Amino acid sequence: MIETVDTALVGWSRGQFALTAAYHWLFVPLTLGLSFIIAIMETIYVRTGKEEWKRMTRFWMTLFGINFAIGVATGIILEFEFGTNWSSYSWFVGDIFGAPLAIEGIMAFFLESTFVAVMFFGWNKVSRKLHLASTWLVAVGASLSALWILVANAWMQNPAGMIFNPETARNEMISFREVLFNPVAIDKFTHTVTSGFLLASMFVIGVSSWYLLKNREEWLAKKSILIGGIFGLVSSLLVAYTGDTSARTLAGVQPMKFAAFEAHYEGKEDAGLVLAGVLKNSEEKLRSHNIRDFIFKIEIPGFLSVMTGGDRNTWVPGIRDLVEGNTEKEILPVSEKISRGILARNMLLEYKEARLMNNVEQTDILKGIFRDRDFINNYFRYFGYAPMAKPEDAIPNVPVSFYSFHIMVLLGFYFILFFALALYFHYRGTLARRRWYLWMALWSIPLPYIAGELGWVVAEMGRQPWIIQDLMLVSTGVTRISSGAVITTFILFAVLFTALLAAEISIMVRQIRLGPKNQEIKI
Amino acid sequence: MKALVSFFSRIFRFYYDGFSSMSWWGRRVWMIILIKLFILFAILRLFFFPDFLRKEFRTDEQRIEYVIDQLINSNNTYD
Repeated sequence: MIETVDTALVGWSRGQFALTAAYHWLFVPLTLGLSFIIAIMETIYVRTGKEEWKRMTRFWMTLFGINFAIGVATGIILEFEFGTNWSSYSWFVGDIFGAPLAIEGIMAFFLESTFVAVMFFGWNKVSRKLHLASTWLVAVGASLSALWILVANAWMQNPAGMIFNPETARNEMISFREVLFNPVAIDKFTHTVTSGFLLASMFVIGVSSWYLLKNREEWLAKKSILIGGIFGLVSSLLVAYTGDTSARTLAGVQPMKFAAFEAHYEGKEDAGLVLAGVLKNSEEKLRSHNIRDFIFKIEIPGFLSVMTGGDRNTWVPGIRDLVEGNTEKEILPVSEKISRGILARNMLLEYKEARLMNNVEQTDILKGIFRDRDFINNYFRYFGYAPMAKPEDAIPNVPVSFYSFHIMVLLGFYFILFFALALYFHYRGTLARRRWYLWMALWSIPLPYIAGELGWVVAEMGRQPWIIQDLMLVSTGVTRISSGAVITTFILFAVLFTALLAAEISIMVRQIRLGPKNQEIKI
Repeated sequence: MKALVSFFSRIFRFYYDGFSSMSWWGRRVWMIILIKLFILFAILRLFFFPDFLRKEFRTDEQRIEYVIDQLINSNNTYD
């Protein structure tokens, strides 16, 4: 019997996960980036021995400490949700998630927790060099923690290095190397971490600009803007570069997501890259899906082809090709993927029945089939398509993907210009007089947060309807519990996280107003 | 042995001094951390986020049965 899933339950479960992940991501990137900025400042202090640099390091360390402490354990909630709201999914992913998350937990505990204590309690108690080493280890440890989480996420986008065992209903890791060096993982890690560096640079410049506007702490503010400007410019260029390589990887492993970014419906060579545009519902339909057309768009001719394959002759598949298939380009239609998925699912059904009847010979044969390379590559890889009602269900929400992606990219260009201007004004010695720039810097603090959240919207909404690309639909992974229970926890989380955010902002604003003078660094 | 005791004693002293001379914001964020951890583990984890498969089924065999049923019988209704 085919079981129908309550759409409200799936929606609320997704909403709850999105809410907690989005709030968690408000705390993480500042920790990632500010830890490196502090480490750079402290390195200058240790090399020069000048007390001003120590005072500056300690000031930014205070703000780092507030953000770090408020953000601690907010990610644990996501793990609670895996067990309660996504139980079938959690079981199905097996040790693919278990291994990276365990490594992350151990590293976070030993590296961050131990050395964070030295960072805050160790001034005047350990040698300068040991203190500096601790600060660098916190910075590196925070990024390495993020690596393991992103490796787990990348596996959901591009499952690799595993084999499905019907006996345990789990995916079992057969190659740690393939999981760790999954191309999506590498791109995701570099893009995400550098976006955190960028955010922290904007934060440092924004806060420093406030001091200049108030005619306070001029030396600290200018030096902070210099470090934030250099770190921010390098980071923003790296964000652009890693964004470009990410897009190229996605074009290969998640072509539907890539096509949705660009609202690219018809495959073609010399495909243009849309810089900005406004979508509308067109008269045309792709099965029951409303095709989106542009009211207007600004496009770089041929650049989408160049981005994808290196030259204008590269053929970029559109959403229609990916749904209906394209024989010439060897793209399977979704209807064929559904048929293959159903065949793989029937094989699992046969295995279940053989096991119920204690038919050892048959279970052994079927287990062998699930290990057969041909079956894995041609059938099991489409396992998740089996419950798909209609081929157009494979299309994500195009407007959400398109607008999230393009606003993020436009903000990315703004950040490059912003950091370049910071360095230019610093070089000319006119920074303190450029009050419009200082105000712009202050009001730009939220922008990298918005860009980061949009990045996650692009990554996660763009891959719908999948919880694991091609292997499991979101509706298959969700736990059948009452949607009322999920709504209750959604509200609880909304209240808890909003309170934490309010606490962070209020303590941070107080410390910034107080300024670096007479600040105590001990947590 | 004496060296080991001295090592742990120094570590204890390090943390003790650190916590006992915390600043205003340090005390405030530690209070928030403790309240947060209490809410997370003593309320949310216990009452709202039980491990579904652990709670509903006693053996791994039953859990596997349930997950296979979900994989075989689910239908996509989410648009």
